[in-house]
Amino acid sequence: MKKKYTGGKIFTALTYIFLYAPIVVLIVFSFNSTKSRSVWSGFTFEWYRQLFTDDLVMSSLQTTLLVSVLASLTAALIGTFAAIGFYNMKKKWRSPLLLINNIPVVNADIITGVSLSLLFVSAGLIMGFELGFGTLLIAHITFDIPYVILSVMPKLYQLDRNLFEAAQDLGCTWFQTIYRVIIPEIMPGIINGLLIAFTMSVDDFVISYFTAGSSVQTLSMTIYAMTRRRISPEINAISTLLFATVLILLLIVNLREERQHKAEKIKEDLLEGTV
Amino acid sequence: MKKTICIILSAVVLVGLFSGCGSSGKETPKSKGEVNVYNWGEYIDTDLITQFENDTGIKVNYKTFESNEQMYSVLKQGGVSYDVIIPSDYMVARLISENMLEPLDYSKISNYSLIAGNMKNLVYDPDNKYSVPYMWGTVGIIYDPKVVGEVDSWSALFDPKNSGKILMFDNSRDAMGIALKYLGFSTNTTDESQLNQAYELLKKQKPLLQGYVMDQVFDKLESGEAAIGPYYAGDFLTMHQENPNLEFCIPKEGSNLFVDAMCIPKGAQNKDNAETFINYMTATEQSMKNSEFIGYTSPNSAVKNEIDVDDYSKSIMYPDDAVLAKCETYTNLPQATLDYYDAVWVKLKS
Repeated sequence: MKKKYTGGKIFTALTYIFLYAPIVVLIVFSFNSTKSRSVWSGFTFEWYRQLFTDDLVMSSLQTTLLVSVLASLTAALIGTFAAIGFYNMKKKWRSPLLLINNIPVVNADIITGVSLSLLFVSAGLIMGFELGFGTLLIAHITFDIPYVILSVMPKLYQLDRNLFEAAQDLGCTWFQTIYRVIIPEIMPGIINGLLIAFTMSVDDFVISYFTAGSSVQTLSMTIYAMTRRRISPEINAISTLLFATVLILLLIVNLREERQHKAEKIKEDLLEGTV
Repeated sequence: MKKTICIILSAVVLVGLFSGCGSSGKETPKSKGEVNVYNWGEYIDTDLITQFENDTGIKVNYKTFESNEQMYSVLKQGGVSYDVIIPSDYMVARLISENMLEPLDYSKISNYSLIAGNMKNLVYDPDNKYSVPYMWGTVGIIYDPKVVGEVDSWSALFDPKNSGKILMFDNSRDAMGIALKYLGFSTNTTDESQLNQAYELLKKQKPLLQGYVMDQVFDKLESGEAAIGPYYAGDFLTMHQENPNLEFCIPKEGSNLFVDAMCIPKGAQNKDNAETFINYMTATEQSMKNSEFIGYTSPNSAVKNEIDVDDYSKSIMYPDDAVLAKCETYTNLPQATLDYYDAVWVKLKS
C-alpha cells in the first residue's frame, strides 16, 4: 500500500515537471544576457527593455489585447442572452441546439479559420470590404461565444425557477427581472466565460492567421513569422509576461470560486441552524 | 458582484485608453494615407519604419511572414491587398510568371541608380521591371575547424568521419541545391537523372546527420552540440559573436546567392506610397542602417565602403567576385520539378 503511494507521488511529480519544465526554461532564458537558447551567460533585463521599444511587437500586442477584450466582452453579452434563450426553450429544441453550439469548441481551429476566411473573402468581394481588424474581431467573437454559453448554462440550471415569477410578482418588468435578478445570479458564470473567452482570444493563432488581412497582425502571428531567423529572447520575455498574466487571471477565478463556495456553505449552515 | 463589474469595466476602459494613446502617438501630423508592407519576420530595423512615418507622413501597416510559400498562399487566397512585398528571387520569378506583380515606375524610385550593377537584371527579373533588391547574401558552410578540420568543399557535409555532427537545411530547395552543387550540376536543373542522383546523395547522407534544422542551427552550432552545417552568411556573423571558434566558407563547387527584392503586387491600393517606401529603403543611409541591423548584405553599392563593421564581417558579407561568379541564384522551377522536390522531401523525411 505504502509503496503504491510513493509511486503515485513520483508520477504526479513527473507530470508536473513535464507540464512546467518548458515554461521554466522559457522564463529563465528571458533573463539570459545573450541570444543563446542553450548557454546561460548572465542575468539581464535587456530583453524586457527591448521588448517595450520594439514597435512591431508592441503594436501586435496592442492588437491582440484590443481584439481579445472587445471580442470577449461582446461574446459575453451575446452568449449570456443566448444561454438565457436556450434555458427557456423546450428540451426538444434545446438539446440539439446546445450540441450545435458545442461543435465549434471541438472542431479543429483550422477548419473554423479557413471557412471564416472564405466567407469573409467572398462577402468582401460582393460588399466591397477587405480582411482587416473588423473581420478579425468578428472571427474572435464567433469562436468565443460557445465558451460563454458553456459556462453560463450550468449557472442557469442551478437557478430556482420560481425566482423569475417571484420577481415579476413583486412588480419587476421583464427587463428588470433579467437585469436585477437573473444576471446577478448567473454573474459568476458570465465572468468565468468572459475570462475563458479572453484567454482563448489571446491564445489564438490559426483563426487570426486566416482572417486578419493585410493591415493588422496579432502577437502570435508576429512570433510565428520570426522562426526563419533566430527567435529573439524578446519572445521569451513577452511569453513570460503573458504567462504571468494568465496565471494571475486563473488565480483570481479560483479564489473567487473558493469564496463563493464558502459563502454558500455559510448560508446553508445558517439555514440549517434556523430549522 | 458590483465590485467585479466595476473592476472589469475599468480594466476595459484602461486598455481602451492605452490603445488610443498608442495609435494617436503614432499618427503623424499630416496624414498622407498608408502603405501595407509584408516582409520576412525579423528582417528590418524597426526604427526605419518610425523614421519613414515621420519623414513622409505615410502610415506603415507592417506585417511579417515566415516563408515565401506562406506569403504566396496569402496573396493567392485574396481578400487582402499589400502594397510592398519582399519575396526571394525564385518567388519573384514565380509571381512575375503568374502576372501577380505590378511593373514599377522607376522614375519615382530615383535611388535605384545606387544599386550595384551586379544586382540589376538578375535571372528572376531579367528586364528589371518589377523588383528592387532589398538584401542579398550567400549560403555557405559554418563549421568548427577544431572538430572537423578545414573545410573548402560540400563534401564535408557528406563525409562519414563527421557523422553525428552534421546539420542540414530543413527545406527541400536548399537541401537539394547543395546536393546538386556538390555533384557539379546547376541548382536550377530540371533533368530527372541529375535530380535522382542528388536525391540518392541525400538519402546516403541522412544517417550521418544530427538533424534537419532551420533556426535551431544557431543553438546547435553555438553550443558545440553540432560542428558543421550550411546556413546564410549573415546569420553566421551572429553565431560567430557567440562562438568565435566557428568559421565560414563558400565551397569551391559554388553555392546559392539569394536576393530578396521589394515588389508591388497587383491590386495594390497605394502604389505611389509603395514606391516612396521602396525608394526610402534603397537610400544609402537607410540601407546601411538596415544592413547593420540584419547582418545581410545591402545591394546599395555605396554601403560597402561606408558600413561600420569590422574587416572580418565585411569579408563575409562581401565575398570576392571570383567566389560570387561560381554562385547561382534560384529561378522558378516548372511544376513537374516542384512536384519532384515535394515527393523527394517526403521520402527523405519519413
